[in-house]
Amino acid sequence: MEARDALEMARGIGADKPPRSLRSSSPRYGEKVIKYVLVACAVLSVLTTTAIVVSLLVPTIGFFEQVSFGDFFSTESWAPNLEPPSFGVFNIIVGTLSTTLWGLLVAIPVGFLSAIYLSEYASKRVRKVVKPILEVLAGIPTVAFGVFAVTFLSPLVGDAVPGFIKTPPFAAGIAGLAIGLMIVPIISSISDDAMRAVPGGLREGAYALGAGKFTVSTRVVVPAAISGIVASIVLATSRALGETMIVLLAAGKSPNLTLDPGASVQTMTAFIGTTATGDIATGTISYDTIFAVGVVLFVMTLVMNMISIRLVRKFREVYE
Amino acid sequence: MNSNGEEGKVESQMTAKKKSTEKALSRKIEVAERRLPSASEAVGEPVFGLEGVGVSYGGKVAVRDVSMTIGAKEITALIGPSGCGKSTLLRCLNRMNDLVPSAEVFGKCLYHGTDLYGPEVDPVEVRKLIGMVFQKPNPFPKSIYDNIAFGPKVLGLPDVEERVERALRSAALWDEVKDRLDDNAYGMSGGQQQRLCIARCIAVDPDVILMDEPCSALDPISSGKIEDLMLELKEDFSIVIVTHNMQQAARVSDKTAFLIVELDSTEENRWGQLVEYDETEKIFTNPADSRTEDYVTGKVG
Ligand SMILES: Nc1ncnc2c1ncn2[C@@H]1O[C@H](COP(=O)(O)OP(=O)(O)O)[C@@H](O)[C@H]1O
Ligand SMILES: [Mg+2]
Repeated sequence: MEARDALEMARGIGADKPPRSLRSSSPRYGEKVIKYVLVACAVLSVLTTTAIVVSLLVPTIGFFEQVSFGDFFSTESWAPNLEPPSFGVFNIIVGTLSTTLWGLLVAIPVGFLSAIYLSEYASKRVRKVVKPILEVLAGIPTVAFGVFAVTFLSPLVGDAVPGFIKTPPFAAGIAGLAIGLMIVPIISSISDDAMRAVPGGLREGAYALGAGKFTVSTRVVVPAAISGIVASIVLATSRALGETMIVLLAAGKSPNLTLDPGASVQTMTAFIGTTATGDIATGTISYDTIFAVGVVLFVMTLVMNMISIRLVRKFREVYE
Repeated sequence: MNSNGEEGKVESQMTAKKKSTEKALSRKIEVAERRLPSASEAVGEPVFGLEGVGVSYGGKVAVRDVSMTIGAKEITALIGPSGCGKSTLLRCLNRMNDLVPSAEVFGKCLYHGTDLYGPEVDPVEVRKLIGMVFQKPNPFPKSIYDNIAFGPKVLGLPDVEERVERALRSAALWDEVKDRLDDNAYGMSGGQQQRLCIARCIAVDPDVILMDEPCSALDPISSGKIEDLMLELKEDFSIVIVTHNMQQAARVSDKTAFLIVELDSTEENRWGQLVEYDETEKIFTNPADSRTEDYVTGKVG
């Protein structure tokens, strides 16, 4: 271009108009509506959480006006509905820990190893069949697991190990086993997704060094997918802690302070479930006890989630 | 391509090597022992002998009938248009194609006289001797140190710390990273990451290093560093490199193989084929095949 032409053009800037109007052609109400709907949804979930916390806290404060902290957090017996009542909550905390522990002891190895199998070993065809089956397992109502535990697992284990179950058919271990089976798919499915999201290039890099398949799976893929794997375990643990129906049916209702898998225990959820479905009046100590126990369960889940978020941050291997 | 007489010579040399290599392939051996085959090797002595090698994916032929001999302590370049099967051919050499379920390898792929696809051969052992560097740098999401230490640890090699330093020095990376060995490898530049991958490969004392377009994701300066590195590494290792960059092949390689995409008469089936394999200088200045000439002079491709 000639220098003079360029100058001419430069002078033209400002005098000219853009080829089309730059102003918005419509007020775009849709965009605004969508934004408000989204905000409303977010606010709703925050409100719900707050409402739950408040409704838990108010009766809990009422509870602690009548029962001292020391009496509640103690290993005294747990008999809130007896006369005189006794509030050693550790009995049912340990009950919950027991069923959860036995459940996780089943679910973590089984779920984790099935995830490794599905993601690293199974052919496409096998995965296509196995994974949906596992996910169906996750959709079975928990009451079915509870009935299955009492009518099938319990006699089976009772026959295999005579004397193991102290008060047949109820045992923490049996409930734990059923809980474990219920949460296996949570662990295997989410972990499998996390592991399959690990780029193939990382696997190739390890194979090219002469690593075997199991080494590649456990030392490259698993560490790279660890945040997803831990997330799946946390989710599964939350489910196990909060599981009510299975423990109600299969763990019995004797609040025993023991981790013995053969003993009958009462969990926090089972206590809440039985008491809340019974005939109780608002404002009574029985009524308030439910909420106090609820707060303990809530805090336990919260602490567990917080610890695991820390853990994930610490051990996460971020790949690009 | 090789004349018949040369191939005969190659055969006999390979049989001589065969015994020691078979041992190396069939079980885990001390490092010192494993280094022997290449340590005693003269430049140009055959490392690989390919005889009618072909690969198909799910029944579709990707590369067909490749015969060539690859020499020790040399850089052999594979060039050719995209899709002609360079990567596929390269991945035959350390059985990486085993990881692709649909892949099938035909022909004979001799490594120091032993058929890599023989019934007794364990692909994991093959890859311990024949390492690979990939197109996209693929460091593990671990610290710089752990990236290099990974191989030696997994293979149970001694003196891991020493090895890490030695490998990083060989990859001309030590001075850049010695103060941040605990940092995550993803904090490095692309070129550094690729040199880290080369170091990772060296750390397990391979005999051969395969490189699949190691510079294609890098800027010219980083590429130059890797080229310099390759020239240093060929003192100790045999290197086979795939590159789409002809200047690169011309600069670094001793021998060059040119592959093309061949079409059948129906134009439905396409496969890669070796056109010409010779000294790099000859390929670039005085190729025997007119297709090679068209390609290296930039008339096609
Ligand atoms: N994993 C695979 N599965 C199926 N086909 C493949 C696979 N890898 C490569 N191919 C096919 O093999 C041919 C050669 O590919 P490749 O070796 O990657 O060529 P190059 O590296 O020369 O570009 C191509 O037609 C490609 O589509
Ligand atoms: Mg390629």
